Amino acid sequence: MATILIVDDSASMRQMVEFTLKEAGHQVMVAEDGLAALNLAKGAASDLVITDVNMPNMDGITLIRELRALPAYKFTPILTLTTESTTDKKMEGKGAGATGWIVKPFNPEKLLATVNKVLG
Amino acid sequence: MAIDIGQFVQTFFEESLEGLDIMEAGLLALPPGAADLEQINTIFRAAHSIKGGSGTFGFKEVTDFTHVMETLLDKMREGQLAVTGEAVNSLLESVDCLREMLMAVRQNTDIDNARVGDLQGRLTQLLERKGAASGTADATGHRGPVASQPLPPAGGWLIGFRPHLDLMHRGNDPVRIFRELAALGDLTVRPDFSRLPRLAEMQPEDCYLAWELELRGDAGHEAVTEVFAWVEDDCDLSIEALVETIVPPATGKTAAEEPGQGELLLERRGGDRRKSDRRGSGAAADGGSIRVGIDKVDAVINLVGELVTTQSMLSALGVDFDMDRIDKLHEALDQLDRNTRDLQEHVMRIRMLPVSSVFSRFPRMVHDISEKLGKRVELQISGEQTEIDKTVIEKIGDPLIHLVRNSLDHGIEPPGERGTKPQTGIITLNAYHKSGSIFIEVGDDGRGLDRDALRRKGLDSGLLRPGEEYSDEQIHELIFHPGLSTAKQISDVSGRGVGMDVVRRNIQDVGGNIQIASQPGRGSMITICLPLTLAILDGQLVSVGQDCYIIPLLSIVESVQIRAEAINRMAGKCEVLRFRGQHLPILRLYELFGAEDAVTDLEKGLLVVVEADGRQVGLFVDDLQGQQQVSIKSLEKNFRRVSGVAGATILGDGRVGLILDISGLIRVNNAAM
Repeated sequence: MATILIVDDSASMRQMVEFTLKEAGHQVMVAEDGLAALNLAKGAASDLVITDVNMPNMDGITLIRELRALPAYKFTPILTLTTESTTDKKMEGKGAGATGWIVKPFNPEKLLATVNKVLG
Repeated sequence: MAIDIGQFVQTFFEESLEGLDIMEAGLLALPPGAADLEQINTIFRAAHSIKGGSGTFGFKEVTDFTHVMETLLDKMREGQLAVTGEAVNSLLESVDCLREMLMAVRQNTDIDNARVGDLQGRLTQLLERKGAASGTADATGHRGPVASQPLPPAGGWLIGFRPHLDLMHRGNDPVRIFRELAALGDLTVRPDFSRLPRLAEMQPEDCYLAWELELRGDAGHEAVTEVFAWVEDDCDLSIEALVETIVPPATGKTAAEEPGQGELLLERRGGDRRKSDRRGSGAAADGGSIRVGIDKVDAVINLVGELVTTQSMLSALGVDFDMDRIDKLHEALDQLDRNTRDLQEHVMRIRMLPVSSVFSRFPRMVHDISEKLGKRVELQISGEQTEIDKTVIEKIGDPLIHLVRNSLDHGIEPPGERGTKPQTGIITLNAYHKSGSIFIEVGDDGRGLDRDALRRKGLDSGLLRPGEEYSDEQIHELIFHPGLSTAKQISDVSGRGVGMDVVRRNIQDVGGNIQIASQPGRGSMITICLPLTLAILDGQLVSVGQDCYIIPLLSIVESVQIRAEAINRMAGKCEVLRFRGQHLPILRLYELFGAEDAVTDLEKGLLVVVEADGRQVGLFVDDLQGQQQVSIKSLEKNFRRVSGVAGATILGDGRVGLILDISGLIRVNNAAM
């Protein structure tokens, strides 16, 4: 199964996403902000990155930019977690190199459907 | 796969309440006028997280309310809305309101909709006043379909898909898109090679191909657009109804059904799931949970590892044990002893939380109340990282609030009455560890206790005898007596019937004590002394007849043998011992507890001098036994409350020993006199 990097500063979100993806048989790496995620990413490649946008230390947009600069992450699908109200954030994410987005609120089924869509 | 997200609700509540604390602290620190971008960002982030989480867990009211707050904060962040005192106050009230909403959702009680509506209205007004409401970020976020109008449903779609060269640079893959389209109907893919350069000029990372896609089936326009949502800016896209197909009327329903299904889903999300979530969260809330740093858990795991090693060492010794190896056995037992002690200490530490969780509510309270009273007050907090047992933390909140309110209301003078002191009064909150206890100090530089007024009250109520001299401590002590308030008028802030006696009782309930020091015109300092933990106590075992009692080691001053000539019998039946220049009341424990076969001759037993609440008494016992740590079992839970007894414990030999409550004993003794 795939290795997925989850980045979110909210513990409940992290737990939910991690649990859902692990239940589906994926390997999961977890980081609580962009900086931690970047450090993880430098040490290990992953098949998919799912990141929150609003985070302390390093936000999701900066993280995406930094990830795209890493050879191992040049073509890795990166999805942002965003609320519906922040349409411009979706675009900002895309501008930084995000593949797509998952709109909050989402449920585990929707998350898995999107992940499967990306991973094929 | 069905996943119950209810199990994460508890975490959501915890992090949301923490988020609210962050918002509150941030708002209080926000200087009006000058927008501190970093600060607003932090507040915004907290609101944003709560909104995201509440949406996921189906708490729609919370999502809606947070959304308005978030929009307002976003405007502030963008500089479109000024940071006014009014806006900050409204947001602070919203934080309170949100906290109540979360509690209501957590406990499955009703949300105060009137209050929510009122605040929401005020926030919206703030937004509208600045004309910021137009074109809010409120829009549902659906980017319009590529074709500006939804096309009539058709028997299929003809899609022109011409990716920009860099489409794959963002992790998108045309094959994924084809796969998704194929799931919607019957897909035919016709590649267009016209852009393909010569091999030598080809960049392997670029996408030169384009496609014409024919999708047959009853998929709606929206469903097709959705597939391209992530790439619509990375390609030239056209989606047209397949003209050559006759549109069967039946498929006309499809598009109409689409939003219908969406609504159904939404409704389900708002209805059923929320109910089940609430049930789940309610049950989880009852258990209570605690956040523990990983280092603490690791330390325990480490120690358990050592314990296992010791255990296997002992097991090995147990096989064919002979007396030659007695030294080894002692060594292993010593190690076991050490492991147990360390493990106990570290496990207790898991229950310890920094006192900041209590202190953090005070900046807001001081801000609000000082404004209301028209006083200028600065709150200085220190030692907020000091850790205290979770149970104790929960119990000291209310007493501390009362003390700080008192300082604000009665202690700090209004501006103009502070004489030579700085016009801004100072209230200090300090916490620290000292000799196995936790101390919390609440101080102010206000007017101090009115000694004369207290003395008069004491005389009036018969607590003091006329003509006698009393020390400051004895006079100050009077404020802890029920019904003795010197406040000349009852104010909204304090003096509402909950007196210092209740504060003292609350503190004593968690095994602590409270003292006050005060200087007229200079201020007061109240010191609360709390035990490190409620579960374990360092005790001195004493024997009285056949029974064994435990005296908390911390309250013991010393133990002495008595000479008969040093004893005075006072009027009534009270005995006192002349001891180090003072008269010490003697309490014969065997009398108090009706113990048989006890030593009754004062010269043959021992007197343990104990101190609580600044007063000393001598407890007469047969003899001292060992000192040991005892785990406290509640007497109330298993029997009933007994004054003078703090709890019970099971001793090494299996007997039950009662743990003495020294302040309680002193009160019992006073009442007897």
